[in-house]
Amino acid sequence: MRFGLSEEQTLLADSVTRFLADNVPLDEVRKVASGESSDAAVWQGLTELGVPGLLIPEDHGGVGLGSLDAVVVADCLGANVTPSPFLSSAVIAPTVLVAAGQREDLLGSLAGGEIRIGTAFGEAIGARVDADVKVSGGKLSGKSLFALDTHADHFLVATKGKHVYLVNASDCEVTDLPTVDRTRTTCEIKYNNVAAELISDNPDVFTEALDRARVVMAADTLGAAQHMIDEAVAYAKVREQFNRPIATFQAVKHMCAQMTADLEPCRSMVWYAGHALDNVPEEARLLACHTKAHLAEVGRSVSKTATEVHGGMGFTDLLGLHYWFKRCGFNRQMLGVPELVREEAARIQGLAA
Amino acid sequence: MELSFGPEYESFRDEVRDFITKHKDQQAPSGAGSDAGKSWQKTLIEAGYTARTIPKEYGGFGAEPDMVKSRIINEEFATARMPGGLGGQGISMLIPTLLELGTDEQKEQFIKPTLHGEMVWCQGYSEPGAGSDLASLRTSAVLDGDEWVINGSKIWTSTAHLAHWMFCLVRTEPDAPKHNGISFLLLRMDTPGIEIRPLVDMTMNANFNEVFFTDVRVPKDQIVGRRGQGWQVANAILGHERDSLADPNASLTRLNSLIDLMKTETLGGERLIDNPLYRERLMKIQGRAMAMRYNDMHVLSSRLNKDQEAPLARMITKLQGTELRHELEALAIDAMGEVGLSFGSNPYLRGGGSWQYQFMYFLGLIIGGGTNQIQKNIISERGLGMPKEPKIEK
Ligand SMILES: Cc1cc2nc3c(=O)[nH]c(=O)nc-3n(C[C@H](O)[C@H](O)[C@H](O)COP(=O)(O)OP(=O)(O)OC[C@H]3O[C@@H](n4cnc5c(N)ncnc54)[C@H](O)[C@@H]3O)c2cc1C
Repeated sequence: MRFGLSEEQTLLADSVTRFLADNVPLDEVRKVASGESSDAAVWQGLTELGVPGLLIPEDHGGVGLGSLDAVVVADCLGANVTPSPFLSSAVIAPTVLVAAGQREDLLGSLAGGEIRIGTAFGEAIGARVDADVKVSGGKLSGKSLFALDTHADHFLVATKGKHVYLVNASDCEVTDLPTVDRTRTTCEIKYNNVAAELISDNPDVFTEALDRARVVMAADTLGAAQHMIDEAVAYAKVREQFNRPIATFQAVKHMCAQMTADLEPCRSMVWYAGHALDNVPEEARLLACHTKAHLAEVGRSVSKTATEVHGGMGFTDLLGLHYWFKRCGFNRQMLGVPELVREEAARIQGLAA
Repeated sequence: MELSFGPEYESFRDEVRDFITKHKDQQAPSGAGSDAGKSWQKTLIEAGYTARTIPKEYGGFGAEPDMVKSRIINEEFATARMPGGLGGQGISMLIPTLLELGTDEQKEQFIKPTLHGEMVWCQGYSEPGAGSDLASLRTSAVLDGDEWVINGSKIWTSTAHLAHWMFCLVRTEPDAPKHNGISFLLLRMDTPGIEIRPLVDMTMNANFNEVFFTDVRVPKDQIVGRRGQGWQVANAILGHERDSLADPNASLTRLNSLIDLMKTETLGGERLIDNPLYRERLMKIQGRAMAMRYNDMHVLSSRLNKDQEAPLARMITKLQGTELRHELEALAIDAMGEVGLSFGSNPYLRGGGSWQYQFMYFLGLIIGGGTNQIQKNIISERGLGMPKEPKIEK
């Protein structure tokens, strides 16, 4: 028995982390977040490491790895608040296309970083405001809100009935929707009777992709929150007040201990959820829901507390800690807020109608 | 990630399940010293499901230590809600201490009767002036000829009123630095000069006591380890005690009982499970309990695989596990509204009154075994390397 990452997975994490440390410093994150540059260069670099093709089978030009490997990478990306379309292009899109067995011709270009596929899943999870997607005669009309990846070439659009369609971005009216977290982009998509290709009318395909995406988002939060704890502990050891390091104050210590106590079990949970997606199908759905919701809660409290440990400095843009705070916030809201996801967890167990 | 224990262990699991099926009508034996408890203990030892690794010569089953098998037994018993073997501080704390640090004579004399429930122990560590700061304890033992002469008092001593023996920490070297002046002694509770006064706890049971010592004379050789080494002796097994306070499998089993309760109890004619507010709280707790379960697997794995380390995962279990259980019990009480208040002889008691009882009991565990604030000190100082507070000289 071995509960944990394999040697290969540790090496994968090391290589992604090294690449990010060398090529995506906070200054680079700031440039992308402020709109000064796009995430294209980062994505290109990650493509050289094989990241977009991680979940794509080898015979379609990918690396052919599994969900736990995607979890490992997401953990690194979250820790580094890396701007990238990882979630949509490397996780959701390949999962949908492979599970549906449709448009597998796109997989090679996805793996090669030549195209990006965004995702508009809001409608199927719970439509907000005036989002509304209609399909008739192979054409899409209406609009999606908070679709992932403003810079995508195509979008996978899910309907209320969990059918998934593919549209070309150039056929739609795509407008960037700024959120608090500028390390990932979201957009509004208006469909004016655009040609849409049915990829899947099987709700299980949608669900499989959603579960995977939720676990991967939880892993992103794990990385971001762990980084914030590390920063808080390090800061507390060097910042002095009342002639001593603030780390000697018990109030500060206990904040750090509580964050650790809350986050440490999350690591095991995220790993297990990643493992279950590919290996324990009877548990995978419940775990995906609980992992998404639980990490959302812990991410919120850790990101708040770690900011507090930094005092006024934590609140400034100087330190940039807020990028991690916002990253956790984004992961909490996207693809189902915790209350909604927990209700799904109850339904899966037959505890709710 | 390799979660299978392998075929050898799966067949062991089948054996355990067969045993459980055969004994499925076994009731939890009530009362520490009951004959039913002792005979169930005997059955379990013979089957190898308790005292598994304790050598045969000392009354155990005598198997090689095997964490996986212990784990499987624990899991299967918890899932089947099957009563385990005898507990208590003699079995959980003293026996491991003696096996590690006792003399042959001590092992011979104490382990077997303790294991079989014939010798019941209490733990005399805390004092009125020494709780979290245990090392400042002052009960003294002075050597007079072949005997230690003990004076002072202990407090919060669980089961002192039922115990035949006590293992305790006393100060034998008053001039040494505080951690180096303590010794670990064993004494009979019927020794002249010992007075026990029960303390009623918030569950309205007198589970713990005050114990007073006036010129209590104890043979010189009833010491474990050397003079002045008592702190090290006690610490050799404190970690084990903490791990056992918040078993995640027990929490998940309890969660299933809570789900059963919420399916049968009603509010305004509606089942509690159909009430979205309580269901939301239930799901939140379930998520946390699951996280603790995988954390526990991570800890187990780090013990089985030499190259794996998970010190933080282990350090946080007492803090998180006890808080979680306390909140789980609280949810049951809240969801039942007024019925949740039922206590004592109230005819509307649910689960034999266990929800209120456990709610309070786990508050006791939040405080006992090193308070949860002390756990946070340990996590931050030993786990995160944060500096200690400046010392105040007295
Ligand atoms: C149910 C139960 C059973 C017990 N059974 C036994 C037994 O069988 N044998 C035995 O020897 N003892 C037993 N104890 C005693 C237990 O170990 C002590 O209660 C515990 O160690 C706390 O000590 P105290 O009660 O003196 O509290 P104190 O140490 O006075 O603590 C009071 C408060 O101050 C906080 N505090 C103290 N020091 C610090 C610090 N350095 N940093 C931050 N906060 C601090 C504590 O966290 C707590 O909130 C039992 C206790 C309980 C509740």
